[in-house]
Amino acid sequence: MKLRRTKLYLPGNNPNMLLRGHLFGPDGVILDLEDAVAMSEKDAARILVRDVLTRGDFGDCEVTVRINAMDTDLWRTDIETVVPCGIDGIRIPKVENPKDVALMGEALSEIESKAGIPVGKTLIFCLLETALGIWRSYEIATASKRVAAICPGGEDLRADLKTTRSENSEELIGPRRIVVLAAHAAGVDALDTVYADITNDAGLRRETEWVKQLGFQGKSVIHPNQIPIIHDVFTPTAKEIEQAKRIVEAAAEAAAKGLGAVQVDGRMVDRPVVKRAEFTLQRAGLKSGGEK
Amino acid sequence: MTINTAGRNIPDSIPGYGDVKHFEGHDKRIPEGNRYGKKNRASFNNKTDKTLPDIKAAISASGLKSGMTVSFHHHLRNGDFVVNAVMDACAEMGIRDLVLFPTALFGVHKHLTKHIKSGVIRQIQGSVNGPIGQLASEGGMEVPVVLRSHGGRPRAVTSGNIVIDVAFIAAPTSDRYGNLSGAVGKSACGSLGYAHSDAEYAECVVAITDNLAPFPASNIHIPQYFVDYVVTVESIGDPAGIVSGTTRVTRDPMRLLIARNAARLIESSQYFKDGISFQTGAGGISLAVAAYVRDAMRERGIKGSFGLGGITEFFVDMMKEGLFERLMDVQSFDLAAVKSIGENPNHIEISADWYANPWNAGCAVNMLDTVVLGATEVDRNFNANVNTEADGALLHGIGGHQDTAAGAQLTIITTPLLRGRIPCAVDSVYTVTTPGEVVDAVVTEFGVAINPRRQDLIDAAKEAGNIPLVTMDELIEKAEGLTGKMSPVETEERIIGVVEYRDGTVIDVVRQLKKK
Repeated sequence: MKLRRTKLYLPGNNPNMLLRGHLFGPDGVILDLEDAVAMSEKDAARILVRDVLTRGDFGDCEVTVRINAMDTDLWRTDIETVVPCGIDGIRIPKVENPKDVALMGEALSEIESKAGIPVGKTLIFCLLETALGIWRSYEIATASKRVAAICPGGEDLRADLKTTRSENSEELIGPRRIVVLAAHAAGVDALDTVYADITNDAGLRRETEWVKQLGFQGKSVIHPNQIPIIHDVFTPTAKEIEQAKRIVEAAAEAAAKGLGAVQVDGRMVDRPVVKRAEFTLQRAGLKSGGEK
Repeated sequence: MTINTAGRNIPDSIPGYGDVKHFEGHDKRIPEGNRYGKKNRASFNNKTDKTLPDIKAAISASGLKSGMTVSFHHHLRNGDFVVNAVMDACAEMGIRDLVLFPTALFGVHKHLTKHIKSGVIRQIQGSVNGPIGQLASEGGMEVPVVLRSHGGRPRAVTSGNIVIDVAFIAAPTSDRYGNLSGAVGKSACGSLGYAHSDAEYAECVVAITDNLAPFPASNIHIPQYFVDYVVTVESIGDPAGIVSGTTRVTRDPMRLLIARNAARLIESSQYFKDGISFQTGAGGISLAVAAYVRDAMRERGIKGSFGLGGITEFFVDMMKEGLFERLMDVQSFDLAAVKSIGENPNHIEISADWYANPWNAGCAVNMLDTVVLGATEVDRNFNANVNTEADGALLHGIGGHQDTAAGAQLTIITTPLLRGRIPCAVDSVYTVTTPGEVVDAVVTEFGVAINPRRQDLIDAAKEAGNIPLVTMDELIEKAEGLTGKMSPVETEERIIGVVEYRDGTVIDVVRQLKKK
């Protein structure tokens, strides 16, 4: 599994951030061609993002580009420009229709084969920013093999729900639960939306702890200072690490002896528990990530 | 012409400066002879009041004449009224061709440009910045500016390289017999560290105060036996400009990233242990480094010995918390530092001579473990430029840069790799202020380059495992890859600035900018 605790948005028209974003150590960066860029600057930002992608220095980050929504006439030019640079994935805003995801999958295949990139390499991250998108999240998550994660929206979703932001984001409890459920049912990651109050470190920590408990694998990030806080929340405690080590070791021993399930701390350990323990060690930085 | 050991080709004599002693290495020049001494004088009990009615009366009494050298301190920083007022008075009295010898000048002193243009001021020996720097860079001064560090300046004074005819000392408090304090008064600025050598060595000392206290004043920083005259004025400065600076740690992520890299380097070093001594500036990155180091000291239960330099509330709080035993304060940056120096015996005022003069029996920087400095650019040989900007104009003084770099066991320069589209790691700096031989590491957001002569630091950083190590060559290549090569600055032959190393040798020169 690939760690996706933090995905840092980098405005597509800001060379300063585009060049430096990866230095802040997020698990991934999102070069943003959508909301961060004014309509009059779309072309310039697309060219800038292409040039930065071509230089190709993003450290170990998973590199994605948020393209313009599929109800605009910009998205095709967006993907035609950035996908040949060999990015890890695209982020589609305001997804409501599984057919759009399938259409995107086909468009990507065409560009990949033209550019000599292995077909299927470019992953899709779906932003579900409307009630309809949330409602159809499972269908969307399963509409293409490329889908790597689904993410609930924030402000757009609140608007569509005809509500406003409350202190603890109670209005998003339902949508977040639906997204987590759909994501895990579909076998993709559930990645949470941004925490907009960039100076409220305590609030960010509280929300991150909560979404981690719900079952999210990470959050989108709009300010680099949020990264260490989110990583800290998603980093297992010493106790969790100890237990995970014991489970992984016991499982390895059992496998060597040709046994199936074994007991650790008086509890049965089967394959899902071992996988979970391996994931814990990976989050703790004690085990490298394997394939998804 | 001679190529000095910093690799600069310097004339053997410079018009308006004289014969050049070439830089040969940071610890190579050893002085001979005795310290300078001012003329003897006597005073008796028939005169117990040194006050004079105004600045002009003091100028007359001091014997100041055209062509002489006058000195000022910069403890009132951008709030200072005194330099401008004294120069105005000199102009009105028809005094000309003065050599201005301040410890530093600030934006508020752009007022002096008219006195430079009219010939009241012929030369500046001291830092120039902003409009005066621009004026000098464009050839607006007849005689080159001479730049010295905070240690190089008292060295020049105590050795007699420079003889101060009249020192005008802005004093937040004075009594009628010339006992001066920086800690008390409506214009309190804390330490008067930069004024000490001037008080001790100037042929005549005039104190200018806006708080005449009954004799004897309290919290005496400069005692009566150095001071010849006292003048009371309505105000010596604007408190808003005197105590400034912020103690809030930046939230700028790039600065925090650089600061974290620097703090980790310090924590990985052999110096991060009980008794550590530490100096940082008051700027954004420096303060953030201090904050990270403070957190690490708390976490690992480390107690430091002293904090040095310009002192801020941040350091005052660290001492209160027990993270430092003492503060050695040459300059108090904010109100908390001013209050602390007046109240806490562990907060010690030190003179610039004590702080950084290489020509005495031991200055404070020699006892320093780590210092965190900035620079406008650094180069392949770890040379640092703090004097000129990318356009070649004189913009900043040296401050304590050369001194602390030479004194500290671990000298770290923090800088963003790019400022806008200007690279800060370059093949060769435009001006060498501080030679690479006394710089141990350059810390940027793109990684940490450790001077190859410090294999011990490289090993320790590798061992720590959390420091993004790169080579200087890689940093330069990265910067150039992002910005392209800069076009060279176009200059005339004429030298408008002489950068002295702290030992009085010439490390570099600055030439007049070509007219665009």
